[in-house]
Amino acid sequence: MSSELHTDIAIIGAGPAGMAAAIAACAQGAHVTLVDDNPRPGGQIWRGGPSQAPASASSTFRQLADSQARLLSGFRVAAIPAPGQLLLEDPHRAQVLRYGKLIIASGARERLLPFPGWTLPGVTGAGGLQALVKGGLDVRDQHIVLAGTGPLLLASAATLRAAGAQVLLIAEQAPWSQLARFGWALKAYPAKLAQAASLAWQLGGVPYHHASHVLAALGQTRLEGVQLQLGARTLTLPCDWLGVGYGLLPNTELLRALHCQISQGAAEVDALMQTSQAGIYAVGEATGIGGVDKALLEGRIAGLAATGAVAAAQALAPRRKRQLAFAALLDKHFALQPAITQLAQPDTLVCRCEDVSHASLQLFDSWREAKLQTRCGMGACQGRICGAACESLYGWQGSGDRPPLLPTRLGSLLEPTLAKANPT
Amino acid sequence: MNPVMHGDVLIIGAGIIGSALAEQCARRGLRVAVAEAAIPAAGTSAAGMGHLVVLDDNPAELALSRDGLARWQARRHELPANAEYRACGTLWLARDEAEMQEAERKQAGYQQHGLSSNLLPATALRKLEPALAPNLAGALQVPDDAVLYPPVASRWLLQNAQALGAQLWCKAQVSSVDDEGVARLADGRLLRARHIVIAAGNASATLLPGLPLKPRKGQLLITERYPQRIRHQLVELGYIRSAHASDGDSVAFNVQPRATGQLLIGSSRQFHDTDPAINWPLLQAMLSRALEYLPSLRQLQALRSWAGFRPATPDKLPLLGKVPGHSRLWLATGHEGLGITTALASAHLLADLLCEQAPALDPTPYNPARFGPWSLADQHHPVGVAA
Repeated sequence: MSSELHTDIAIIGAGPAGMAAAIAACAQGAHVTLVDDNPRPGGQIWRGGPSQAPASASSTFRQLADSQARLLSGFRVAAIPAPGQLLLEDPHRAQVLRYGKLIIASGARERLLPFPGWTLPGVTGAGGLQALVKGGLDVRDQHIVLAGTGPLLLASAATLRAAGAQVLLIAEQAPWSQLARFGWALKAYPAKLAQAASLAWQLGGVPYHHASHVLAALGQTRLEGVQLQLGARTLTLPCDWLGVGYGLLPNTELLRALHCQISQGAAEVDALMQTSQAGIYAVGEATGIGGVDKALLEGRIAGLAATGAVAAAQALAPRRKRQLAFAALLDKHFALQPAITQLAQPDTLVCRCEDVSHASLQLFDSWREAKLQTRCGMGACQGRICGAACESLYGWQGSGDRPPLLPTRLGSLLEPTLAKANPT
Repeated sequence: MNPVMHGDVLIIGAGIIGSALAEQCARRGLRVAVAEAAIPAAGTSAAGMGHLVVLDDNPAELALSRDGLARWQARRHELPANAEYRACGTLWLARDEAEMQEAERKQAGYQQHGLSSNLLPATALRKLEPALAPNLAGALQVPDDAVLYPPVASRWLLQNAQALGAQLWCKAQVSSVDDEGVARLADGRLLRARHIVIAAGNASATLLPGLPLKPRKGQLLITERYPQRIRHQLVELGYIRSAHASDGDSVAFNVQPRATGQLLIGSSRQFHDTDPAINWPLLQAMLSRALEYLPSLRQLQALRSWAGFRPATPDKLPLLGKVPGHSRLWLATGHEGLGITTALASAHLLADLLCEQAPALDPTPYNPARFGPWSLADQHHPVGVAA
């Protein structure tokens, strides 16, 4: 492979949104390059490729395979050395990709919030645990507690159960009144309702508690049990794994690095999915958490719009309203209860990369100041985890991102074609 | 409007220079206030390496850096642990015989001033730092140089000042100053003091148009944590040429082992680039240079890179003293890349001048008057500040 690649349309992220964008753009005859950091396309939701994905995904996988899209699997976007260029890196090499237009389908990550014991081995995200199982973690006969908020808890529980785990309990922080309203509103989305019913069927017998949350993970060197607040009472349960996720957050690092406008944590886009930067589009969870149907639709719109098929893209645009309304439902009914941000004790770590405690962060008024004095957010994850926690706990907004986007080999930063102009 | 604060000294800027000066003035019993436009120690003080180094390029630089280092050394046990003071010493690296001769000259200079240093031939150097490229000719080791983590050290100085009664005004953007000891804040408040010291780094020039000060951009990169493989601050002998080049862009090899196991990699110098974003070609030139000296860096993970701006005067010496033609308006800025090393020395010198005591160091080379007079901003139209 030469160290510099050219493409009309670069698409970052090969989940449903990126796949749909690639399919639509290829159909317009454009040269498309799809970049994804996993070994196979599918994103988080269809992780593991067509064999493990639901039947509804198979046509998307097939269309992608039949398309002319160039797939760069296992590559991460490391940096933006110049406008119109991305520096990509895989475990062995670095690569510059020059593009005409860019579609960002960077997906989402779980919101993890600190509580006593959350850094013990055996405690993961709720979706994180699902991903580990899809990736081969053996959970047969393991006792598992899931907690947090949102539909992901149910999907994760179903995966774990299918893999032979004993899901002891699901603790959903939203109160019953919110869940009932969400359930009622779902009737406008028959497909989602059917999905929910199917999940409920698969989860028959798993206790599902509302207005409930984890108080603490217990254990010395590894998770041994969990202390839960279940409505008005508390309960301590022994368990082997604890998955806790407080919903999803759009991945916006690349968008921010490209100076795309972000509002309420997601990319701002127009009806054709273009960001505030001309020629840069954002699709799927990056524009707001709304699930796979929204992602597929937005991917198609952007794939068409970016290749000049504006009329076709415009024709699809009104369908987004329905998906956005669903996204708004999720947002509203699974909003965090105040108790969730009060769980950290003074000695609870908030930044686990740099071992920064809740007590030491409470001394500061801003993310920047806390960062400089405690190194919070300056470790390997560069604030991807503690940034959201600090926003939820202290109301701090992030302060300037610094390249590279992810830890990158020094040698990759020296990719020769980057150095167009040597300093005089 | 009546001034809201009366005191002996108002210091504008809570970077390491302003903080050190605040502590020194407070220790002398002066009533001190510090006005910080944003948050303390978040400008140039947060962007640099924190290398405490004696530089011998000219007598004035040597005197100030030497005094600064000695003062840090004397207080090393007072510093909080997270200031990460480490007496790792500097190795000035020679690539060839010509540079080795330069190392010898440098050693003679240090010796003359009673500073210890050791010439290391190639074999000894390899033993000391096996990760260095095998083709280096040798090095000059300066064992007393040290490193620290500037934001924490700077904040510590400010807290010492506050403990002695100094007032800190954060988010207090000063929009103009006059020679009557009155500073006007952007929100209209007035602060009054017997003396006003501008220690605002590059922003000082917005209060004093014509100030001979230019931002000189520098870029750094830090790696992930690794088991300690480097034990000294490593600097190429060509560094001083880069540091003292009067114009143009330059890079010089400069690597620092942090207490965290991270490596901090520098350095670059640029005038005329005021964009805080990373300049990629220059970052690459800097990293290429680093790989020449430390080939194994290639496989390390780069975590973060950033740029900062050194406040540079034409002769690379700081501005410490009265604003020419003024009696109550002072300057403490322009330290270029030596502000961390010389903060305590600068603070002592200026505090002596403020208290009308004879400083231990000759203040002449740092006197702002050496660049001739310049005029104050028109008080009714402050420059560069939104009303």
